[in-house]
Amino acid sequence: MTSVIKTVNLVKIYQDGALPVPAVRGVDLQVEPGEFVAVMGPSGSGKSTLVHLLGGLDTRTSGEIWLDGKRVDTLSESAWAVLRRRRIGFVFQFFNLVANMTVGDNVELPALLAGASPKVARERRESLLAALNLTDRADAAPAQLSGGEQQRVALARALANQPALLLADEPTGNLDSRNTRDVLRLLGTVHKEGQTIVMVTHDARVASLADRVVSLFDGEIVDDGRIARRRTGTAGEVIDLR
Amino acid sequence: MRLHLLALLAKEPAHGYELKQALEQTFGSAYPSPNIGQIYVTLGRLEKDGLVRAVDVEQSNRPNKKVYYLTAKGRDLLEIWVDEPTEGPRVRDEFFMKLVLAPLTGIADRMALISRQRRHYLGLMSDLNDLLSRTPPTDRVALLLIEGAMLHLQADLDWLERCQEDLA
Ligand SMILES: Nc1ncnc2c1ncn2[C@@H]1O[C@H](COP(=O)(O)OP(=O)(O)OP(=O)(O)O)[C@@H](O)[C@H]1O
Ligand SMILES: [Mg+2]
Repeated sequence: MTSVIKTVNLVKIYQDGALPVPAVRGVDLQVEPGEFVAVMGPSGSGKSTLVHLLGGLDTRTSGEIWLDGKRVDTLSESAWAVLRRRRIGFVFQFFNLVANMTVGDNVELPALLAGASPKVARERRESLLAALNLTDRADAAPAQLSGGEQQRVALARALANQPALLLADEPTGNLDSRNTRDVLRLLGTVHKEGQTIVMVTHDARVASLADRVVSLFDGEIVDDGRIARRRTGTAGEVIDLR
Repeated sequence: MRLHLLALLAKEPAHGYELKQALEQTFGSAYPSPNIGQIYVTLGRLEKDGLVRAVDVEQSNRPNKKVYYLTAKGRDLLEIWVDEPTEGPRVRDEFFMKLVLAPLTGIADRMALISRQRRHYLGLMSDLNDLLSRTPPTDRVALLLIEGAMLHLQADLDWLERCQEDLA
């Protein structure tokens, strides 16, 4: 089985300031098809930088990135753009929707760009908007939406082309509990359908859906392991009354 | 369980089995199904302490049953329990002690301790997620309990991250 993601000694050093900033320092990460990996760690530990590198949104300083068994860190920007359109859905920490397009079109566009028929793209748009409770916002412009709504649109858009790989950076940062529940349900569903997911999150409920948690600290992986599930029973049995 | 039974008896006198049923009805799945023997033992102790009293009620062709009611002393104790603020969650817990003491012993590294604990908490969170999805929306008390447990866990995880930052 070919890994969806494989990185070898991946390094990113930002050189734009006076001092070089090593943001990712020698990361070896492998993600198998269908896996849901949560990436956690303190602010500044390199989480966003890592997922940006994996999505080709930033260039690595050294090391290798392989997606579906193909080396990609050497690709040109335009080759990356094609790869993203076909294979990768990306949700940014600071969502960026196309401002002069409606919410509905923002979601539909990626599927069309990926080559879906207009009918399929439309169906996908409607089911995603419904799943995230956004149907009645379809004709609004992104700027008319709350932060939490924009975030859900960004997630719907990332899933529109049914990407082999979903990369998401804090996709629930602005959500209240009701909306988080919708997002959790959708993530659970697509994961069950075999969606590979790499997601940066501080939200423990979101992270607990993952199969595996990778902890970054100071640009390095300090822990990588499965989440063990055990207890079953009723609330009274699972939660101690002290 | 002493004060829980006193609270139920403040509503109306009841026998042991009725108390078991009342606990189940009030808490839904939020309370581990109480053991009838444990209820009788607790009632015996409450009676010995003068917090409840029992009267024998005759039943046709069955042994008498004991119906318990609250005494004035029992009501006073219940009022004190309700009125006093309840202790907060324990933060200086077993994990905290390990985190502070482990490096002194040289047995474990703090980063490894934190990472392992994080995965453990996420496992618990996953169990709670599962529990939440299995709990019917009508079981309001259980839902509140589960959501409370989730918020506590989220706070514990945030605190772990805070501990980790401190290692830098
Ligand atoms: N464009 C940039 N130029 C220079 N330094 C950068 C740039 N982007 C990020 N950094 C630095 O790289 C390090 C890692 O940043 P990154 O955004 O990956 O952290 P993060 O783990 O995503 O944090 P947060 O939880 O706050 O989102 C930080 O020290 C940050 O200041
Ligand atoms: Mg970030």
